[in-house]
Formats: sequence, structure tokens, C-alpha cells
Amino acid sequence: MAPLTPAGRAAGFYFSPRRVGAMVLRYFYLIRGSLPRIVELAYWPTMQMMIWGFLSQFLYQHSEWFVRAGGVLIAAVLLWDIMFRSNIGVSISFLEEMWSRNLGQLFASPLRPYEWAISLLTISALRTLIGVLPAALLAIPLYHYSIFDMGLPLIAFFANLLIFGASVGLAVSGLVLLFGLGAESLAWAAIFAIAPISGIYYPIEVLPGWLQPVAFALPSAHVFEGMRAAAIDGVFLPDRFFWSVGLNAVYLMLGMGAFLLAFRTARRRGKLLLMGE
Amino acid sequence: MTPPPSDAAIRVDRLAKHFDDIVAVDSISFDVARGAVVALLGGNGAGKTTTISMLLGLLVPTSGELEVLGVDMLRHRYAVLPQINFSSPYVDLPKRLTSRENLRVYATLYGLKNARARIAEIASDLAIEKFLDRPYGELSSGQKTRVSLAKSLLNEPTLLLLDEPTASLDPDTADWIRTYLKAYQQERNATILLASHNMTEVERLCDDVLMMKEGRIVDHDSPRGLIARYGRQNLEEVFLDIARGQPAAAAQ
Repeated sequence: MAPLTPAGRAAGFYFSPRRVGAMVLRYFYLIRGSLPRIVELAYWPTMQMMIWGFLSQFLYQHSEWFVRAGGVLIAAVLLWDIMFRSNIGVSISFLEEMWSRNLGQLFASPLRPYEWAISLLTISALRTLIGVLPAALLAIPLYHYSIFDMGLPLIAFFANLLIFGASVGLAVSGLVLLFGLGAESLAWAAIFAIAPISGIYYPIEVLPGWLQPVAFALPSAHVFEGMRAAAIDGVFLPDRFFWSVGLNAVYLMLGMGAFLLAFRTARRRGKLLLMGE
Repeated sequence: MTPPPSDAAIRVDRLAKHFDDIVAVDSISFDVARGAVVALLGGNGAGKTTTISMLLGLLVPTSGELEVLGVDMLRHRYAVLPQINFSSPYVDLPKRLTSRENLRVYATLYGLKNARARIAEIASDLAIEKFLDRPYGELSSGQKTRVSLAKSLLNEPTLLLLDEPTASLDPDTADWIRTYLKAYQQERNATILLASHNMTEVERLCDDVLMMKEGRIVDHDSPRGLIARYGRQNLEEVFLDIARGQPAAAAQ
């Protein structure tokens, strides 16, 4: 019998992109294996964009402000969808493991919980792109509006909303891990608690005074304020950008921390082997 | 300095697990020698699955010490997990993935160098080639058991933990699997700890038996030793004696 080598012992303490890749592959197989799933990823963002696109066309005819604001509502709905899709991209992929009672198999393997979390973030970004890109492209022929005209700021908005949505997804996944599948509706519902105070379709200044500081504690509020400045006035607001990046760093750490803490608690309570449908 | 490897594959010392007021495992101690095949027997709720979960690092014990392949499992489990694997009816594989996709994911997680060849080899060994490309969720329970077993053998584990390894298999396939497991264990001098309710399986495969009841190990011997001490014909009768609180004949 070969004894455990020093290398084998050391293998316990590092991050493995290969294992992250294995989990991304697992979620990729899931998406690839079902055409309805692929269509569904793009279906909802496209429908949302069309509703808001037609509403924008109607408003152009009746509001001078909207004429000046161009496609601000279409930009808003596309960016909101990035945050929403990123959020449920993490939660749904997480729930897939619970539904398939696979947690015990995964964590009896060398996979670390933080590697799993990183794979969830990665696949969520891919799902978001698959979902939102067709809607953004379709807005060009339908409404003569291209969100890509925003240029580099769009990348900043995209990255910030992607990370914030995923951070919320990680925290929610942690809650589902702790409370079981009875709490799975949180995966869809939690992000909507943030939507009203993110200023997606309206400026933060319309919120009651006491609520505005709460809104500005969210990276999403800074992104949507920045988006309006870029879409309406054609300016990039660096302070909004830096606030959203700084806050995102905090929320990502909190989301990851909540997820890892929930995982530790689940190991203590014996939930990894018994969780499932 | 690295300590010399322990000669025990598993060393458990006063291991306990409490869930609030419920004592699932009550301060058990045992060793499993390297290369041995040991059964963990007991009725439902005896603590077998809880013990296996702790051995795999899926569950944190309330107290006690746990060493697997010479490594402190409570502090350094990732150093030893690549050399362990398991199969259990209490866990599943993703149903929408094909068996091949599932095996490929796990082969990558275990860091196999030539995953494709290993999957082909294990698929041939366990006769699962015909349904490798079908979604796992569409397989019969017997086919699922074989795929799950294939997953548990992918990394050629030094320590294999099996919970009901032949559940849902017809007698012919179950017998074939037992022969395969025995050959695997002898070829690699692997250690196998298995929980089973199939006493014929235990008598055939195992060198030693740990009898559990209400979270404790209440007896420990070879299958033959237990049968002799209880004055019974087979292990099933011994199991019933222990489950019903009958003392061993030799002790009377």
C-alpha cells in the first residue's frame, strides 16, 4: 500500500482551476442537453425588452423628455436583466445540485466549496450572456436602439451588475442550503427586494429621502444612475463607477462569506448527504 | 517532518455525533486495517450512514478523532479525499446528464490524467457501455447502481466506502458485482468499508463485521466468529439476535 505522499498532503490546500472547470462543464452539459432550456434563457429577456421597447416608442410620441432620453428604458430593462439573470444563474445552478441529490457525491470528492462557488459565478456569467445578448441585438432592428453605442461604460455596467446579481445569488443559495428546498422560492424572489430601490427605471431622487441612502448603499443604484447619465447626457460618471466597484467588492465578499458559512453549518448539521427532492 | 503512515486505513476514536438531543453516533472506536473488507451492520437508524458521512468528511463529528489513510480527517480531509470514493443509494448523480457526462465530470474532479480511457475501461468492466450515452435519470435503478459504482471506482480508490452496493440489482448482477469488488480489492490491496443489509454479501466479502445498534458498536468479529459465538447458522440470525437484544451464546 502506497503511503500518502507529501505531495498528496499538500494537494489539500490549493485552488484548482481544473475542478472549477469540471463544475462549469457539468452545468454546460445541462444547458447543452436541452434546447428548450437554451431558448428559455433568451426568451424572457427578449419579451421584456419588446414590452419596454414598444412602451418607449409610445412615450416618444407623447413626451419630449423621452425623445431626449433616447432608449433609456430599453437600456434599463437590458441592464436589469443582466442583474436578474446573473442572480438566478447562480441560484438555479446551485438548486440543480439539490434537486439531483448530488451534494454528497460532490463533496466527498476533492472539490472545495469555494471552487464550487466560483464555478457558479462563471456559469452564471455564461447564462447571462446567452440570455441578454439576443435581446440586445434584437433591439437594434426593432427600435433602432443599440445599447452597444454606450461603448466602454457598458462593460463597466455589465461587470458591476453581473457581480452584484451573483453575490446576491450566493447569499440566497447559502440560505437554501441551510433551510432546505422549502426556501427555494427565495432564489427567484430575493432580487426583487432590491429592484425598487435600485432606480432601474427612475432616478434615485424620486425615492423618499430616508430611502435614498439605503439605495446608494447598493452598487446597482450607482450603475443605473450612471447608465442614465451615459444614455441621456452622454457622460460617464467616474464617481458612480468607483462607488459601484467598491460596494461590489464588499457585497461579493459578503455573498461568498454567507455561502461558505452556510456550507460549514450544513456540514455540521448533516445536510449535504440528505438534501434533495 | 511527516509522521510515518499508520497501518490502519481507518482509525476512529470516541467518535460521536449529536443532532440536538438525538445521539446518532455514541462515542464509537474502531480500526480498519489496510487491505481489509469490513462491514458496518445494524438496523435502520443504527448510525451506519452517519458514521460513513463522517468518514467522508460530509458531516462534522460532535467529538472524537478520525484518521483516514494516516491523515487527520477532521483537519486535512482534502489531502486524502482524492484517494477515497463512495457509493450510496442516499445520493444520486445529475439526472439530465448522460452517464458518460457524469463520469467525465467526476473524472475531472478527481484529476484523472486519461479520463476517456479510464471511463472506457470502467464502463467495460461494469458492462455499462450500452447506456453510457443515455440520461442518467432514464436508467433503471439497477443500471443507476452500476453507474454509481463506476463513479466510485473511477479514481481507483485506496479506500472505498459502499452503502448498499448491490441494492436494486438482480441476484445474477449482484453476484457478478461482488466478484468484481473482491477482485478489485485483492488487485489493489484496497480497503473496503461497506454497509449492507444483505447478510450473504457480508459473509462472502467481509473479513470483519462491526455490529451497530443505537449509535454504538455492540459487537465486532469476523462473520464466522460471530456465527460461532452466537451459536447460529448464519449472519442473518446473528443480526436478528443483536437487533432483538439477545446476548451471544458464548457469553451466556
